[in-house]
Amino acid sequence: MIELAGIRRTFRVGDQEVRALVDIDASFEAGEYIALMGPSGSGKSTLLNILGCLDRPDAGTYRLAGREVGDLSSHELTLVRRHEIGFVFQFFHLVPRLTAARNVELPMLFAGVPRRERRRRVEAALAAVDISNRADHRPDQLSGGQRQRVAIARATVMEPRILLADEPTGNLDRDSSERVLEVLETMNAKGLTLVVVTHDPRVARRADRVLLLVDGQIAKSFRGSELPAGNLAALGLPTPPESTS
Amino acid sequence: MRLRSLLGFGLEALFAHRLRSLLSLVGMSIGVAAVVVLTGLGEGARTYVTDQFASLGSHLLIVVPGRVETVGALPGIGGTPKDLTLEDSEALRREIPEIRRIAPIAMATEAVAHRERRRQVAVVGATPEFLEVRQLAMRRGTFLPPGELRRGSAVAVLGAETAAELFPGEDALGKVVRIGGLRVRVIGVLEPRGVQMGLNLDEVAVIPVATAMRLFNRSSLFRILVEGSSHTDLDRLSQRVIEVLTERHGDEDVTCLTQEAMLSSFSQILTALTLAVGAIGAISLAVAGIGIMNVMLVSVSERTTEVGLLRALGVSRDQIVGVFLVEATLLSILGGLVGTGLGLVGVRVLRLVYPAFPAAAPTWAIAAALATALVVGLAFGVLPARRASRLDPVTALNGR
Repeated sequence: MIELAGIRRTFRVGDQEVRALVDIDASFEAGEYIALMGPSGSGKSTLLNILGCLDRPDAGTYRLAGREVGDLSSHELTLVRRHEIGFVFQFFHLVPRLTAARNVELPMLFAGVPRRERRRRVEAALAAVDISNRADHRPDQLSGGQRQRVAIARATVMEPRILLADEPTGNLDRDSSERVLEVLETMNAKGLTLVVVTHDPRVARRADRVLLLVDGQIAKSFRGSELPAGNLAALGLPTPPESTS
Repeated sequence: MRLRSLLGFGLEALFAHRLRSLLSLVGMSIGVAAVVVLTGLGEGARTYVTDQFASLGSHLLIVVPGRVETVGALPGIGGTPKDLTLEDSEALRREIPEIRRIAPIAMATEAVAHRERRRQVAVVGATPEFLEVRQLAMRRGTFLPPGELRRGSAVAVLGAETAAELFPGEDALGKVVRIGGLRVRVIGVLEPRGVQMGLNLDEVAVIPVATAMRLFNRSSLFRILVEGSSHTDLDRLSQRVIEVLTERHGDEDVTCLTQEAMLSSFSQILTALTLAVGAIGAISLAVAGIGIMNVMLVSVSERTTEVGLLRALGVSRDQIVGVFLVEATLLSILGGLVGTGLGLVGVRVLRLVYPAFPAAAPTWAIAAALATALVVGLAFGVLPARRASRLDPVTALNGR
């Protein structure tokens, strides 16, 4: 599904070069559930942006579903994002003036999906995240967990192959986090490839595989269930602050 | 993506910032309304002036002393012109058979009085043919008696307004009025006719031309009106008039104005005036455009994360340009429509307040104002829209 080889990404900050990613090699199977962990500045988000075709690597190759992404024009990358990839963000990024249903409709609006088809798929997507009863609410009338579920509905309404989530539960309390994770895992169980950046070991432990990034490199790779309880410091990770509950 | 979806999305965005959108819309409305009202005024002025000359009749030549070019050059250059005299008028009639009617005119402002009532009016010295040449009609009595070009009897014909003011509730016919030092008998009253060629024909006193010249103590005429017969070529007639008078004066020192020439030069001048005031109005359109650009720039910077989100959702750069251009254009078009409405109402009000002034916004001006509004919206929307489309999605999503 995804093959990364020798991915490198360097940013210039002032006159300093910051090496965000150094020779990342990885491959993800279709339907896999991957957690990206690592301390701040380890390159998790950069890697996620490259996976999501929002950013391009300076070196290395990225094959997505058999296609070499580096060869694609920026318009083709836009189409890849439109059809292959869904994004979920820590801060939800719902458009505040639009209702939940309108937010979910957005990607289809710009993809030129006919109106009736849009309406049908909005209903299905909202039902899939169990928030149909809030369809006409604007984001400021929804709780954090509800907003994130609307965002997931929006990310999946174009039926992508991959869902990229950047700290999807980072702003949620324990119960809301649990519901959001359940929704994501249900979709993963139906074949959606899921890549989650997280600080939360409870999230990572549920993943098929955890990639631990340190200084732009994959320091360790192990099964989620192998994530040691408690002593994250041994992995070079900060002990996560208790999520607000 | 369909235009309808884009329009819907744009309207939602404008509606989310009602006040801001409304204010820039008002700016555009004022611009368009200004163009509509100002060109309406200009066009009104043009119609007003040309109507006055059009009512003269189309076979008329106006002979004035001095070389007057309708374009450029000051009059009087090339020697002092000789006076136009009654003899000139008689000579023209004698020597040019194509002349159907001829009306020598002397004119000055004098006080006309009856008992204790006095009015300053234009006193016109004329001949009986003046009535037909100026297409006037009698309300009461008769016009000047025929056949006394030289004699000048002591009679007067009053304009409707003058008669009403000097003889309120009385019949003016047969009464004696004083004009300057002269006592004359009123033999007729004109039908109201209004302003013609800058002369209000309701506020005049018409007396025989010889009487007038004696009264004014002058031997020169104000002008001579020459009416050709209906099949006469006016250019040839005017040439003949100049030939005859040049021979009599020994120099070409008169000018023949035709209604057509005056109409077209006035019309040209006033159309230029309309364009000029329209252009002044258009400046406010440009200002309104800058207002729209300002609002759109604020909108883009406020919606940076939205732009990042849309890019992440697979919205292309071109579509982002489309989103913001549609919003800018919606503002300018809605503003343009509201402005046209306001402008037309403004022109209506003008006509109600000044019924005599035919203010009317020309269709071309309304179309031009709307088109300009559209172009302004597009032109001033481009910069913000391009700025939005060039945002880096990753940076934009982080709200930086």
